[in-house]
Amino acid sequence: MRTRLYPLEDLEDIPGTTVFTAKRSREAYHLHKFCMSLMEAANREAFKADERAYLARFRMSEDQKQAVLERDFNRLIDLGGNIYFLVKLSNTDGWSTQKAVSSMTGMTADEYAAMMRAGGRSPEGQRSKREGN
Amino acid sequence: MARITAGVATSHVPAIGAAFDQGRAGDAYWKPVFDGYEWVKQWEKQEKPDVVILCYNDHASAMMLDVVPTFALGMAEEFIPADEGWGQRPVPVVQGHIELAAHLAEQLVIDEFDLTLMNNMDVDHGCTVPLSLMFGQVEAWPCRVIPLAVNVTQFPTPSGNRCWMLGEAIAHAVESFPEDLNVQIWGTGGMSHQLQGPRAGLINPEFDNAFLDGLIDDTDRLRAITRLEYLRESGSEGIELIMWLIMRAALGKDVEELHRFYHVPASNTAVGHIVLRPRELVTA
Repeated sequence: MRTRLYPLEDLEDIPGTTVFTAKRSREAYHLHKFCMSLMEAANREAFKADERAYLARFRMSEDQKQAVLERDFNRLIDLGGNIYFLVKLSNTDGWSTQKAVSSMTGMTADEYAAMMRAGGRSPEGQRSKREGN
Repeated sequence: MARITAGVATSHVPAIGAAFDQGRAGDAYWKPVFDGYEWVKQWEKQEKPDVVILCYNDHASAMMLDVVPTFALGMAEEFIPADEGWGQRPVPVVQGHIELAAHLAEQLVIDEFDLTLMNNMDVDHGCTVPLSLMFGQVEAWPCRVIPLAVNVTQFPTPSGNRCWMLGEAIAHAVESFPEDLNVQIWGTGGMSHQLQGPRAGLINPEFDNAFLDGLIDDTDRLRAITRLEYLRESGSEGIELIMWLIMRAALGKDVEELHRFYHVPASNTAVGHIVLRPRELVTA
């Protein structure tokens, strides 16, 4: 067998981080198809007019639909989603990317913005669950 | 004969594009960011490149759903700015260069880079924000652009070393193009940032500045940075920096640094920008 630079399991070792893999991508295919549909103005209007009815057009899981309705971005990532697709949803809501991203951190949007202005989140203690560094 | 005369790298944060488009570039928050690009805007007016090979990543705008290409080369006459959920950016249509793109497609596949060729695609902020930063507000972009989209989103991405080798192959391909063209290569994305999960907001100035330094005199170290190390040190989206290695490798062994800028933050991201000249052209 070939040797690798690191075991692939190490990708799961980073605190607060989900690595977007081919498997997750497939799990989120219909969720992502919904997200990309929001790149057309007419679809954005239809979604805003009746979110539940619009979501019924897509073969997403009920969990994915519920997380969309709740704008629960951490949950959407748990369900396979990737932020570059998901921002189509927050853009439709008129949110900045920063607001969408902040919603995953347990901070308010203002607290998160203040952290960023102060230089962002330090990598100290955030590199590895195993090493705690 | 076509020749690569310079390499440019920059972050491509969408909020920079929004601030630019909405006339907020002079705001207290954004002014330091845009000031960092004043030098390059003047420089580009003198350089007058004919073509830019623009390495960027598509942010689930033209690909990543139905097809996930590792390296995708834009072959079309023109590329329309994508609607990413808040309407198209009010920027010019990007004009391609079909002869050089076709030549690259041929040469790079012969050199064992199995590219995906895009005959029709829109380009998102990854491509248009760097153009705005280098050329400002214009009626038409002042040069042709060959977009080269790299998968930096779905794992595994290409390795940094693979990107380096692609950059070397691009340099050879450009050299063998018969028309006399002034070609620049741009690497975009980065620097450290993470846009997902509880660790979002990660910024690592030490990593970023060591990366900028390494582009000048320690490229072997940069080539060896693993995907895991990018994730740990520069955040889940910081791995976009592998696209800077395509740019750097295409400039040859030694480079002269013409300009550098680093600023935290723009929205969620550390902004980095560097302009490099192949050493052989500096001394020639």
